[in-house]
Amino acid sequence: MKITEKEVRYVADLANLRLTDDEVHRMSAELDQILTHVDALNELDTTNVEAMAQVLFDSSETATLREDTVRPTLGSDLATANAPLAAAGCFKVPLVIER
Amino acid sequence: MTGTEIAKLSISQIQAGLKARKFSAVELAEAALHHAEAENPKTSAYLHFSPDRALASARRVDEEVAKGDELGPLAGVPIAVKDVILTAGLRTTCASKMLEHYTPPYDATAIARLEAAGGVIIGKTNCDEFAMGSSNENSAFGPVRNPRALDRVPGGSSGGSAAAVAQGTAVVALGSDTGGSIRQPASFCGVVGVTPTYGRVSRYGLVAFASSLDHIGPFGRTVADAATLLQAIAGRDEMDATSAFAPVPDYQAALSTPVKGMRIGLPREYFEGLRAEVGDRVTAAIDVLKSLGCEVRDIAMPHTKYAISTYYVICTAEASANLARYDGVRYTIRSSHSETLTDMYRNTRGEGFGAEVKRRIMLGTYVLSTGYYDAYYLKAQKVRALIARDFAEAFQQVDAIVTPVSPFPAFKLGEKLDNPLEMYLSDIYTITGSLAGVPCLSVPCGNTPAGLPVGLQILTRHFDEAGMFRLAAAYERTLTSQS
Repeated sequence: MKITEKEVRYVADLANLRLTDDEVHRMSAELDQILTHVDALNELDTTNVEAMAQVLFDSSETATLREDTVRPTLGSDLATANAPLAAAGCFKVPLVIER
Repeated sequence: MTGTEIAKLSISQIQAGLKARKFSAVELAEAALHHAEAENPKTSAYLHFSPDRALASARRVDEEVAKGDELGPLAGVPIAVKDVILTAGLRTTCASKMLEHYTPPYDATAIARLEAAGGVIIGKTNCDEFAMGSSNENSAFGPVRNPRALDRVPGGSSGGSAAAVAQGTAVVALGSDTGGSIRQPASFCGVVGVTPTYGRVSRYGLVAFASSLDHIGPFGRTVADAATLLQAIAGRDEMDATSAFAPVPDYQAALSTPVKGMRIGLPREYFEGLRAEVGDRVTAAIDVLKSLGCEVRDIAMPHTKYAISTYYVICTAEASANLARYDGVRYTIRSSHSETLTDMYRNTRGEGFGAEVKRRIMLGTYVLSTGYYDAYYLKAQKVRALIARDFAEAFQQVDAIVTPVSPFPAFKLGEKLDNPLEMYLSDIYTITGSLAGVPCLSVPCGNTPAGLPVGLQILTRHFDEAGMFRLAAAYERTLTSQS
């Protein structure tokens, strides 16, 4: 067993994901099966292999930098237009700090 | 114009028809919309249509025709767009309840470019939720049916785009590919599907799934149509720092270049474990390439069998980070019964995401968590380097690699739904090219005895889409001359 239901609940908390008991049960079996399959990677000796952090880039590292000039942006009204709750160009969320 | 006529139109026929005033762009757009809306109940390829936007684009084309201006390369062409690519003012749902009511404030660069080229977007296509899946059964709004066999899946995740082109309700379509999501549905539906080099097409405005693997690419009924659409959207975009500076060559010129002497590699690892009905078609296609004068040789790509494991560690890790943004604050949906901020996050995400998305967020969070990062994520990044090296070494010996796209043809709806691992394993032949970032495409290579389409995959060196189109077009011509 690579992953227990208790670990599934812990990971769900890390991911900020509410799972039902049924989902936790199913997920632990499915993740266990997938992680067991993934274990095959350990057959390979990768001691001297550098991790592939970049797919490919055909230019210098600074080539993507542009001149530091002011440009128009979306603006807060448009940027908050899809928010479930917004006012005065700000996102509204439940109370975080008690006064 | 009738639906049957629209279903057979090519981009060059549309250009000629507009110039000869055989039809106007508005007439074509109206007929295409009417046809697509009438046909959609059969396949559910589209999630929603965009008649206002389509007619506005078409009117602009007709004004250019009236003025005698030179027409854009996609002038008047009815195009379907996968619903993970942002369209300003037009709902973009990612086939998720989480974004059911989301209306983007801006256009993706690919959208802006194809409309600047005269393209007419008629609707947004169904897909697996957040592009996660291989059968299109993970859409929150219902599955897509394969137009070639309605009891079967169209493949995924860009199943709706592939189905729309195969059904003839769009001339070309845009999809996205992370591990095979363009090529596999193209092969299942019998159309051409292209995953360009990583960075060839800007991802600005593509809803992010796994950023080191995500690509936008075209579908077409012919290699020429797919190449024309790619030409219009390819090239550096300063809004996407990962987009490539490499110049974009003229793909149309490549289509008629002979392939005699082209060196083609067959990696033996890709011919193990596939069904005979697929293998037979692929072998027959390779014989055709030989008859065209290609030099075919066996090659080895020894790390192929590790690709699925590598992919499902890396893509889920990246997805868990990318999908953290759906927090109930910014994107339309918020769970209505939450006392605290943390409850709001957890309930919103628990209610808004479907089963496969949750599974991938969980797997990705797990492999990135303390104590497991080195064992899974770092290990996978190292094996990815080995897989990329397999390609680099192969391309020192050959100009193109030819393989099957999928080990089997389109399967029945529901057939693999209960076993996530088995569904993941179906991506075996497409995932390697995604990990290496090389251009790859699927071109139809006939049908199984039961009449299901089979796709041939062609992969070439980074930025050599022209070589890939050259080989695919030469092969395609042999089929056309037979029929």
